[in-house]
Parts: sequence; structure tokens; C-alpha cells
Amino acid sequence: MPILECRELRKRYGGVEALAGVTLTAEPGRVLGLLGPNGSGKTTLIKLACGLLQPTGGEVRICGLAPGAEAKKLTSYLPDRMSLPERMSAGRLLDLYADFFADFDRERAAELLGRLGIRSGDRLRSLSRGARERVQLVLAMSRRAKLYLLDEPIGGVDPAARDYIIETIMANYAPDSAVIISTHLIGDVERILDDAVFLDRGGAALSGSADELRERSGKSLDELFREVFRYAR
Amino acid sequence: MEWRISADSPIYAQLARQMRLEIASGGRAPGEKLPPVRELALSAGVNPNTMQRAMAELEREGLVYAQRTAGRFVTEDAGKIAAARSALAREETEKYLRAMAALGCAPAEVAELVRETGEEDANADT
Repeated sequence: MPILECRELRKRYGGVEALAGVTLTAEPGRVLGLLGPNGSGKTTLIKLACGLLQPTGGEVRICGLAPGAEAKKLTSYLPDRMSLPERMSAGRLLDLYADFFADFDRERAAELLGRLGIRSGDRLRSLSRGARERVQLVLAMSRRAKLYLLDEPIGGVDPAARDYIIETIMANYAPDSAVIISTHLIGDVERILDDAVFLDRGGAALSGSADELRERSGKSLDELFREVFRYAR
Repeated sequence: MEWRISADSPIYAQLARQMRLEIASGGRAPGEKLPPVRELALSAGVNPNTMQRAMAELEREGLVYAQRTAGRFVTEDAGKIAAARSALAREETEKYLRAMAALGCAPAEVAELVRETGEEDANADT
């Protein structure tokens, strides 16, 4: 059974169609890139999968479940912005995650934070923006989830931070889970994707296994992306 | 090992080629145990599935073999390693000859250049 299944998924905000019927599946043990420029529907799709938004049409299933409390137990979501209370210390955040999520591996998270030089008494607001983002990533990746939904995990960071983020994702996702990474920075994730879906104005413009797409086109995903999303000729 | 990956061809094929090169050049000894796939994948910055596929390719070629519980090893079959080495050497030579042909160098000229440059390098080394 696929981990995530979207069928003809639609979302309309007032007069704007953010998702115009997207069908995709994410299989266990695979990393899927949700690739597209800003405004192509990446965040909307992820929020629908988390149950933060209600679809206008179509459906989403996580391990066969509709979004809701049961599906949330299986889904680790990394929002595209800081979502943690900034007055909390790292240690309290570990408590919070351990309380909320039965699959949270607290020891692993504590160790990863330790390696970053973050002490349990450090408050989020005392950390740099980059460090706060790393804390959020560590928490998300320390759950033994079935589905990781990572919304723009590498937006606007320096190359060393990007390497840290990618390594942390690769070293920590549970082997039988699916990972979905949304990004417009294709070159940064090119090496780690098994599958790719190019989202263009709410529709899937191109999808397939990353190696097949490369083999068929003789191009990198990054070059393909530039071709699919050429703005002006 | 240092992995070099470009993005325009299947990554598993590039990984398989580099490991093949390591084995053919003796960088990995016959019978040597290879690190687990996950570890190799992390060192290359790629997805474990991709590394797994590269290893499966080498297994098919008989350059590595998996033992159910113990892990994956470089073959001890010297013939297989020698064959991989000559295939790679031939591939590199063909690539070089194509580049020289593109420069308009005739085979005789190429042979002369190879000999001359080889001698100069040998002298420079002493």
C-alpha cells in the first residue's frame, strides 16, 4: 500500500485554484521531490496531506487513512516557517514532542541537538534563525513516522547548512517510511530524490522516477526544471 | 572514498562506475568487506536506494557479493577484477582517442604523442 495517495486533489481559495486535480503516490522507502516555483501548489498539497486544509475536491489518504488524528500519528510535518513557541527551551521542546508523539525518539533528538551544540536550557529565541530551523528539523526527523512531509526544508540557507539538513534527513528517516520534500531548489536535492513531481500552476506537469527522468531526457532534474518552467522566451 | 557525482546521468550508474574503479585499481582489496549501504549512501550524499541499486549492479557483474548476514564483500575472483580493469582501461582509451580525433590528430600522431609524453613524465619523475 502506498504511504501517501492523492487522487484528483483540488483546492480553491476563493477564485484562485491552487491545486487543479493532482494525482500522486508516495511509496515506502522512497524520497519524493515536490518541485515547483513559488505559487505552484506545493505548500497547499502538503497542508492538505496534513489535514490543515480541507480539499475542494478529490481525496488524500495516508496509509489508507483520511487526514485526521489517526493519520497525524503517522505523519511528521515540517512547516515552511517556525512553528514552535520561541520562549521554550530545547529541553522543554523535547518534553513537548515526547508528550504529543508516541513515535518520538527522544534520545536520538537529544543526541542530534547535542551535536549541534544546543544545550537543554537554551531557549529557542536565544538561537540564531539557522539554529532554530535545525532544531525544528531535528524534532521532525526524530519521529519514527511513516510519512515525513518536509515543506521547503532548505529554503535560503548556506551550503554547509544545506548539507547538514540533507544529511540529517537521509540519516534519520525510518527505512519503511516515505519522505516528501517540497522545494524550488532542485540542484540541492537532486542527489537524494527517488521520484520527482513537477508542479506547475496547481497541476503535475511531469513526474516519474528521478533516474528515469534523467535517462529519458539526458538532462539533470535541475535542467529539466528550467525547461518546464521557462518564463519568457 | 571521495565520490564525484554529476547530475546529468543516472546517479546509480555513476556510483557503480566509481566503485568498479576502486575495485579494479586495487583501492578496495579482493575479499574486503564494504561498508553498509546506508553508510556509503551518506558518504556520497545520496539516497540509500540509489546506492543499493549501484551495489546490485556490481553484484550482477560479479564484482561484489552479498552474504546474507555478514554484509557485502569485494569478489576474490582475480579474473573478474582483471576483466573490469581492462574494460575500464579500454573505455578511457576510447574516450581519449575520440577527443584526439576531434582535434584532428591521426592515429600515428597520437601514438607518437603518447610515447613522447610518457618519456617526459618518466624523466620528470626521476
